[in-house]
Amino acid sequence: MIRIPLRPLAKILRARDRGENPDDIEAENRRLRHEAAQDKARRRAEGRLALMASCFVLAFGVVGVRMGTLASSDPIEPQSEVMSARIVSQRADITDRHGRVLATNLLTHSLYAHPHQMVDPVGAANELARIFPDLDAAKLTRDFTGSRKFMWIKRKMSPEQMQAVHDIGEPGLLFGPREMRVYPNGHIASHILGGSGFGNEGVSSAEVLGVAGVEKAFDGWLRDPANEGAPLQLSIDLSVQSAMEQVLASGMEVMSAKGATGILMEIQSGEILAMASLPDFDPNDRPRPLLKGDPSDSPLFNRAVQGQYELGSTFKIFPVAQALDLQIINPNSGINTTTPMRIGKYRISDFSNYGAQLSATDVIVKSSNVGTVRIAQMIGVDRQKEFLQKLGFFDPLPIEMVEAPTGKPLVPTRWPAVTAATVSFGHGLAASPLHLAAAYATIANGGRKVTPTLIHGRTRPQGEQILSERAADRAVDMLRQVVTRGTAKQAEVEGYEVAGKTGTADKPRPTGGYYDNKVVSTFASVFPASDPKYVMIVTLDEPSVTGPGGESRTAGATAAPVASAIIRRLAPLVGLEPVTDEKLPVIAPRFAPRVEPQPGDELKVVANQ
Amino acid sequence: MRPLTYLACALLVMGLAFWAYRENYRTQAAIGEMSQIQREIAGLREDLGVLRAEWAYLNRPERLRELVDLNFHRLQLIPREAGQTVGLGHIDYPKPPAPPEPPEPAEAAPQE
Repeated sequence: MIRIPLRPLAKILRARDRGENPDDIEAENRRLRHEAAQDKARRRAEGRLALMASCFVLAFGVVGVRMGTLASSDPIEPQSEVMSARIVSQRADITDRHGRVLATNLLTHSLYAHPHQMVDPVGAANELARIFPDLDAAKLTRDFTGSRKFMWIKRKMSPEQMQAVHDIGEPGLLFGPREMRVYPNGHIASHILGGSGFGNEGVSSAEVLGVAGVEKAFDGWLRDPANEGAPLQLSIDLSVQSAMEQVLASGMEVMSAKGATGILMEIQSGEILAMASLPDFDPNDRPRPLLKGDPSDSPLFNRAVQGQYELGSTFKIFPVAQALDLQIINPNSGINTTTPMRIGKYRISDFSNYGAQLSATDVIVKSSNVGTVRIAQMIGVDRQKEFLQKLGFFDPLPIEMVEAPTGKPLVPTRWPAVTAATVSFGHGLAASPLHLAAAYATIANGGRKVTPTLIHGRTRPQGEQILSERAADRAVDMLRQVVTRGTAKQAEVEGYEVAGKTGTADKPRPTGGYYDNKVVSTFASVFPASDPKYVMIVTLDEPSVTGPGGESRTAGATAAPVASAIIRRLAPLVGLEPVTDEKLPVIAPRFAPRVEPQPGDELKVVANQ
Repeated sequence: MRPLTYLACALLVMGLAFWAYRENYRTQAAIGEMSQIQREIAGLREDLGVLRAEWAYLNRPERLRELVDLNFHRLQLIPREAGQTVGLGHIDYPKPPAPPEPPEPAEAAPQE
């Protein structure tokens, strides 16, 4: 900017020429300069004022808005969010379908030592060895007098032991709180629950992690604080599970079996009410897994899910049901059962000779291998494979346990004619008893696929229809006849219309071939036959029973009576009404009986939130 | 007039300050009480957890079965069986006992 001079020479000279006073020009210029300076100062002051005013408006506005929100909001506890996170226990409870506790947490303490803070290390070591018999005084003394600054002594201990340690009065012995997983029912449902152990350990807390079963499968869910401590409700019924384990254990003893499996499942929902595998273990004190040898010898082995057994004649119903569905046969069709039958260089023969021809129903009732192979041949290999795949025999079950993928069925890679033939009567394809339960449930569910689950009350999509309802009903009817007049007469339970199929399969040798005197006998059943509600599988590993006719290993003499005992015991427990022919007279009440309302359970399980 | 207004304003501000001061302390007291209650709830929850574990432990089927066996001569409990249930309509209830006779029928005539 060019500053205008106060006395511009040109104007002065001109003014002098005209005889005017040149000082007027200077005064005029001074005035203009002064006015410009004033304008500038005013603009600056106005700007500052506006800034100040907006600052005040903003500050008062903030206060006003805050007051408004405070006045209009609901009163809340300002610290509850932080506090409640501390209250919620680390790991949610697990309950059965009626809310009975299967797994919960207890607060206990761990013991650790700071040897450098100890007053009398030797005395403390001796006292500790006296309180905990499993500790060694000499080793503790060595640790305490060495150069260590920190050491764990006990992971968890009882309140009495804690008091005793406290009474030693040693400042170098310290306690840290621990949450401990407790399974109050001991052995019951041990394979389903699995077990738990400590993960990352700190002085003030330790992670509790599931190591197997449901505990591991739902580890993330159980530890998720977003669930607010809501328990995980399993489909298991504690009393049914306990009764099944008891009856199965005595059955296993009577049949001198090495192991046993029982599964009771609701057909409609696929919920597993009870699933037992014997021998079992105590999840409170989980044994170590076997490092060598056959894993199925360990009590940790869950036969129901992990076991891969050739399930024998229980498979025969699948080709027959499929043939009924494809309308290749009807229950009365005559099937050629001339035994033995030849496929290539292999010979397939029946348990005994049933003559030249049996009806399709009798093939199942008498359990004829040859008849089943003939029916499977009518179906063809591709359709047979496709049907077994739809029933779920080719994939591991999607059940909510970490062990589920290890129970993937052993399916032959190639299907020559002889494999197709042996698979039709349950040899050459090894699946878990739970696979069999799912497949039988599918047939008894009117042909609609059933997927087993361990979680109670979850809405799931309806299964695919893989068999016509008519064929499924006829198959169940054939299974009923197996019990009324066939190989499973010992499985009959009055009132519950048991329908089922026995299966005796020779155990394969690890070196190849089959044992002569070791079998896996299975009884797969659905009941009541007129309106199937439950499916039950009983599998005995290496059973044998000595009856009047000598030693017997067939499923009809071993698994079937055990299954009958279990059904007799469990059916009333699940609230199934027996079907009787007896007609009771209906008596008109002489007065309205007052029925007590169902008492509410006195112990309500509340979410630990 | 103006001094009076100033005085009133000053008194009002002092009064509000006193009220705010008291509210502040009351709020802090309430928060303290609340955290005390929260701690108490946490303690009670813990006790509840212990009691529930104990209840479950005492009611474990194994122990109940042993108790049933021990007390068999008194209770004679056996597992439930089929055919032990019957519909309410099939039960022949006895007639309920007649209501007791009123001591003086003449006086106790019911009015209907």
